[in-house]
Amino acid sequence: MTRFTPSACGGLRIALANVEVMLRWSGAMWLERERTLVVADLHFEKGSSYAARFGQMLPPYDTRETLDRLDRELDLLKPERLIFLGDSFHDGAGESRLAADDHRRLEGLARGRELIWAVGNHDADGPKVLPGEVIDEASIAGLTLRHEPEPGVQLGEVAGHLHPAAKVASGRATTRRRCFVTDGQRLVLPAFGAFTGGLNILDEAFSNLFAGPLLAGALGQSRVHAVGMKSLRPD
Amino acid sequence: MFAADALPPKFQEWFAARGWSPREHQLAMLDKARAGRGALLIAPTGGGKTLAGFLPSLIELAERPPRNTPAGIHTLYISPLKALAVDVERNLLTPIREMGLPIVAESRTGDTGESRKARQRIKPPDILLTTPEQLALFCAWEGAREYFSDLRCVIIDEAHAIWPGKRGDLLALGLARLQQFAPEMRRVGLSATVNDPDLVRRWLGAGQDVDLVLGSGGAQPVVEVLVSGGRVPWAGHTAEHAMAEVYEIIKSAQTALIFVNTRFQAEFAFQRLWELNEADLPIALHHGSLSAEQRRKVEAAMARGELRAVVCTSTLDMGIDWGDVDLVIQLAAPKGASRMVQRIGRANHRLDEPSRALFVPASRFEMLECRAAADAILENHLDGEPARVGTLDTLAQHIMGCACSEPFKLTDLYDEIRSAGPYSDLSWEDFETVVDFVSTGGYALRTYDKFRRIVQTQDGLWTARNAQARQQHRMNVGVIVTPGMINIRIGGGKRPMGGRKIGEAEEGYFEQLTPGDTFVFAGQVWRYNSLVGADAFVSPAPNDDPKMPSWGGSKFPLSTYLASRVRQMMHDEREWAALPPDVQEWLAWQKLRSAIPDEGEMLLETFQRGKRFHLVCYPFDGRLAHTTLAMLLTRRLDRLGVGPLGFVCNDYALNVWSLRPMDGLDLDELFAQDMLGDDLEVWLDESFMMKRAFKHCALIAGLIERRHPGAEKSGRQVTFSTDLIYDVLRKHQPDHLMLRCARHDAATGLLDIARLGDMLTRVQGRIRHVPLERVSPFAVPIMLEIGRERAPGDAAGEMILAEAEEDLIAEAMS
Repeated sequence: MTRFTPSACGGLRIALANVEVMLRWSGAMWLERERTLVVADLHFEKGSSYAARFGQMLPPYDTRETLDRLDRELDLLKPERLIFLGDSFHDGAGESRLAADDHRRLEGLARGRELIWAVGNHDADGPKVLPGEVIDEASIAGLTLRHEPEPGVQLGEVAGHLHPAAKVASGRATTRRRCFVTDGQRLVLPAFGAFTGGLNILDEAFSNLFAGPLLAGALGQSRVHAVGMKSLRPD
Repeated sequence: MFAADALPPKFQEWFAARGWSPREHQLAMLDKARAGRGALLIAPTGGGKTLAGFLPSLIELAERPPRNTPAGIHTLYISPLKALAVDVERNLLTPIREMGLPIVAESRTGDTGESRKARQRIKPPDILLTTPEQLALFCAWEGAREYFSDLRCVIIDEAHAIWPGKRGDLLALGLARLQQFAPEMRRVGLSATVNDPDLVRRWLGAGQDVDLVLGSGGAQPVVEVLVSGGRVPWAGHTAEHAMAEVYEIIKSAQTALIFVNTRFQAEFAFQRLWELNEADLPIALHHGSLSAEQRRKVEAAMARGELRAVVCTSTLDMGIDWGDVDLVIQLAAPKGASRMVQRIGRANHRLDEPSRALFVPASRFEMLECRAAADAILENHLDGEPARVGTLDTLAQHIMGCACSEPFKLTDLYDEIRSAGPYSDLSWEDFETVVDFVSTGGYALRTYDKFRRIVQTQDGLWTARNAQARQQHRMNVGVIVTPGMINIRIGGGKRPMGGRKIGEAEEGYFEQLTPGDTFVFAGQVWRYNSLVGADAFVSPAPNDDPKMPSWGGSKFPLSTYLASRVRQMMHDEREWAALPPDVQEWLAWQKLRSAIPDEGEMLLETFQRGKRFHLVCYPFDGRLAHTTLAMLLTRRLDRLGVGPLGFVCNDYALNVWSLRPMDGLDLDELFAQDMLGDDLEVWLDESFMMKRAFKHCALIAGLIERRHPGAEKSGRQVTFSTDLIYDVLRKHQPDHLMLRCARHDAATGLLDIARLGDMLTRVQGRIRHVPLERVSPFAVPIMLEIGRERAPGDAAGEMILAEAEEDLIAEAMS
């Protein structure tokens, strides 16, 4: 079983391939020694992409909501390095649709810290104008950070892409939440963006990634809840 | 007053040949038509109402001189049900054929084939029979103005069922539009008996005068309440105790319709009746989740007179005439008199014979309610509806439709919309807000100015942006928002393939089941295997004792009038004589152990049971109002340091329990009306009711789409994303139009806040507090409901997470 310890801040400390990482209640991963904050699947400008593609006018506030959530983490943790783990923009043209204010805020993220954009399938080229380094994957503290999990056993991999969600049961009642999912060897982060949905971690897409029993870190209203296999349900 | 010779000879002969003479209200309708006046006909079922509506048009069309140019539609008939439009078409063809009239009458519904629809567009029939949704589509046609320029008459059938909802709003807007196309058009409404005909007249007429025509009343229905010889249970919703009696009564009737209030009750009653059915009577089941094919089969068998009984929900409240039904049974209390009158009207569609109805109460409180309903029906005291103010999400859909049809001038459209009854008081400011919403989404952040759905032409008229915007609108017309539906298919194994579909269910149904559970559907027991996308796979499990999803109560609120009747009946001991001995005894025990409140009072009991302290009160204002009240009371009790732990509500009472006693509280303070202020606002915005209301409004207004060309978005995806959309919008633009609409809907429909407000006023200073040593007879039913339901919402979700975590920690420690 994956070792975990709830922390006072509402997070969950786990040992991932013998590296200690903090799973934050916000859905971010925090590497304290490296002062590095990792967030996956921000999907900036997902709202406005519907207007561009289908003429559907969803509220254009998802980017600022995601930035607000990010700001709260930056204020609390003061990271020296911020890593976006791919699918940071919902589509390649998303950057050009940013409201001026949101654009300025994104620029500001690179001020006084290292900003790294790992590319994903939605944003294969990375940003064109915004500052920061564009990479495919990164190695930090013995962990490998990339957008899409590679098949098979990958010791120490941290990825996003799948938008994991857990349907948690107690008795006959269930609730569905975004979650972290790990077997102690690799970790998949929940999607951080305001308009991102979730895929049940009992779905087949997860089945060939994990060797051991799953530990889900379900995002509650003020903390991460550790949830074991027995409490998980398919949709 | 009217002579039969008011009819042309051909019509007189036709009536005579059938051994009929025209009824007075049929001639009155003709008179109104000849005077060019609109009319609302109110008559009981079976009074020749439909013919009364069509007669003027048939005569006018029969006498119309031949024309050189092809004529457009003369009469448009609109019914709330597709099946009814098709049925009326059939009935209308009989006189047309028998009199040899040169009139073409055709139906057009969502089920009509494309080729027929295309032909109707090029060569319109004289009489077109259709639904409100099709009218909304017509309004979005390019060329609609020309198509309807010959229209002389529009007939709205079952007007009482359409007007008090969003379908009524949309239809009223459609009528206002048609009136612009055809200024001479007359409006005709056909309605069952209603409490306040003037409200329907105002909705129908708006700018135009609509006269009231009353049909002669039919024979008084004979209504009985089943007493079940002393076995009426304390609590429950299924009336299981009475099934054997019900079965015997079915045997004695020719054909019985058995109405229940929920699909679960329908499945349950159907199963129990078949277990008792040693005579193998043909008993069928009809509810909204069964596949359309199955429902058509039942309806056809019914029409052929092959069935002895049908267990049904409100799906059979109106529609096709079945002369053979001689008994209507209502299982569990009817909740309102108007719906019940409608249901009773389904028996014996002949005016001279009384309809027979039997109420089967499922509990002791329901016994009181059934008696109250029977009295109300005999006194013809129907439930009142509040006056209607048109909804803005519906208006948004209509405005988009207008822009798809032809360019409009803002001020002209404003005037046109205000000629629709529900929108006569629409302010210019609200109108502009809705137009901006339709165009750009109405956001303070002007992101979408370059993606506008409607744009201004050079001469300042508004029109749809392009063909794609038009097509998208047409695919999403209508205000009936069905919850995400899951197909129920036969199949098992790890990768089940598309097996036979046996029906569909709302997605909430399967949220209560875990793979491996068994449940009853379509009268059989099934095992739930898996959910794949929008398909639930099941396999037959005939020998299993099924688990029933535990939603028990009715979705209909107890009507205000019935509630006050029940309160009065309880208080007035002379009325007890009409009740069976077991219920009388129950009331007497209540009087002895606790109290029977005076008519204007609200009884409130406090007592301890185990470690918990209970507060039970009896407002009789319906589950919705009680739930809202309980939520708000809980917040207050929390602030008072009482430590409330939970609550449960039914139609009659609510029960809140806590860690510490509640005897010493200032009750008038606790129930003070100001709880409807800030507390309500805060709680409402967080509630799942708001999220649900928001989703409905967003779908209707076109903020999110049910369908877009090429890809059908399933209900499930929408459910998920609308909650996220709601949260983000609420935070960043709390005054957005869609949130206004959602708050309005949640306050009226889902939470019954107006009723709660009335209740708080009523009981102020009149709360009768009785501290008790133990549970009172009245409190037993509500105590039994504890644990059956877990309130949905964030707090409950957190509890589940915490419990799951404890499980894991326990596992790690062991």
